[in-house]
Amino acid sequence: MNLQYEVERLHARYAQALDADRLEDWPNFFTENGRYRIATAENEERALPLPVLSAEGRAMMRDRVQSLRHANIYEPQRYRHLVSGVLLEESSAHEVKSTANFLVVRTMQDGATLLFASGRYLDRIRVPEMQFEERVVVCDSRRFDTLLAIPL
Amino acid sequence: MLERSWPAEGVTRVPYWVYQDAEIYAEEQKRIWRGGTWSYLCLEAELPEPKSFVTTFVGDMPVVVTRGPDGALHAWENRCAHRGALVCMQPRGTAERFSCIYHNWTYDHAGNLTSVAFRKGIAGKGGMPADAKPESQAPQQFRVTALNGLVFGTLSKEAPSLEAYIGPDVLPRLKRVLRKPLKVLGAYTQVLPNNWKLYMDNTKDTYHASLLHLFFTRFRINRLTQGGGVFVSKDGAHHCTYTEMIEAKDDAYEKDGMRAAGSQSFSLESPEVLDQVDEFGDRVSIQILTLFPGFVLHQIRNSLAARQVVPKGVDRTELHWTLFGFADDDAAMTRRRLLQANLVGPAGYISMEDGAATGFVQRGVAASPERASVIEMGGADVGSGDSRITETAVRGLWKAWRSYMQV
Repeated sequence: MNLQYEVERLHARYAQALDADRLEDWPNFFTENGRYRIATAENEERALPLPVLSAEGRAMMRDRVQSLRHANIYEPQRYRHLVSGVLLEESSAHEVKSTANFLVVRTMQDGATLLFASGRYLDRIRVPEMQFEERVVVCDSRRFDTLLAIPL
Repeated sequence: MLERSWPAEGVTRVPYWVYQDAEIYAEEQKRIWRGGTWSYLCLEAELPEPKSFVTTFVGDMPVVVTRGPDGALHAWENRCAHRGALVCMQPRGTAERFSCIYHNWTYDHAGNLTSVAFRKGIAGKGGMPADAKPESQAPQQFRVTALNGLVFGTLSKEAPSLEAYIGPDVLPRLKRVLRKPLKVLGAYTQVLPNNWKLYMDNTKDTYHASLLHLFFTRFRINRLTQGGGVFVSKDGAHHCTYTEMIEAKDDAYEKDGMRAAGSQSFSLESPEVLDQVDEFGDRVSIQILTLFPGFVLHQIRNSLAARQVVPKGVDRTELHWTLFGFADDDAAMTRRRLLQANLVGPAGYISMEDGAATGFVQRGVAASPERASVIEMGGADVGSGDSRITETAVRGLWKAWRSYMQV
């Protein structure tokens, strides 16, 4: 298989699911025990472990989606992910490590559009299933506008 | 003097101009932030060794906080005596001295101006006159006190000691949590689209927690039917509320048909995110403590954090979160605190809504500066009690604010 192509396709499918409000699909991009963590570049540089959001395994991700759907209150909004610079760093028979840049633009229901987040994805992807064993989202900024509801 | 009149009802009414008016904002900077209050600056754990520093804000004022070569804590305005540039540009680090990049005027750890570049000129030419007083515009220096790992400062010479400022109603609740050396787990900033006082209002509002934050209610983390109470300082400025761990088996919310209860049963597949160890041995699951003007200390299960309110204009506020544990936490406790970090912050299951709700107020009152909030839950007084179906701590905020602002 063409691994570069497959990884780029995974990024595209992931971004499309979130941007199209298919949050229920989000956990399925991970392995059963896959890990997801949103961090900041500042905390990472200080070797501080605090996540802005984290989930260990699909069950916790499903809980996050359930809460967004049925408990949390936030104004209707949509994301647009732009992912670029996908690099494969290391690969074995079962796993590939990859990094990529992202921008997320957030648009509110009144049309207000904000460059909400930028940063890097640091991924460990199981092959050939093409599911995340781990996705660390390192945001360039330590600052988040109002709230971060939908995962990045 | 502010030409403003408060509604005749007193602190059960809060007029909306308090959140909108640029003149009020400027007066607050002078009378509150740079006046007789104590402001949170950082954690002592962020200044671990001699010569370390962090930069922060007190209201609009940029501030450098340092630990001197002798270990003493200092804080001073981050403004050069010469032309007013920031003296310290890094967020944190260690330094032998602080030199303004613009013209290399240099300061010690206490913020004293120690040298002016080329003050005597070169070879008898240039330089300052002998009677020049470059220190006449020196950065202001704070009185600094560390209390159980928190560092506070005030510009006021008259303000009482920090412990006396907090007072006997709230101080024991702060010491209840901060009983051991702290370890920083990380930090981030949440930008709130509203006046800073709307956030303090919200944090002191024990009535909203289980109604706005449905995650609380649906998972029975905090319902007003659970045991708990509120403490308010005599002057109204500071408060602490707590909720006991006992899971509520009631159906008060369901009977009232509240949105919070929901129409379907809802449970977590992975409830370990909520697993609490009773680390203080008193079965308290949530404690929220505020100190006027802009500090919040939270214990939400085993999540601990300092939240610093930084006003950024009448309708914008930054909330600087620093989450921490104790230096002697084992790996399991650190993991628990990090998992429970999912409850708080901009993506927190139970705090993401605060920014949204307070922003809704800022937008809702846009055309009604002379109208007012109705704050009568629990009556009209300001004081401690065992019910959280009250707005007593919110009234306390306004009692204190009016006293500082003379409105």
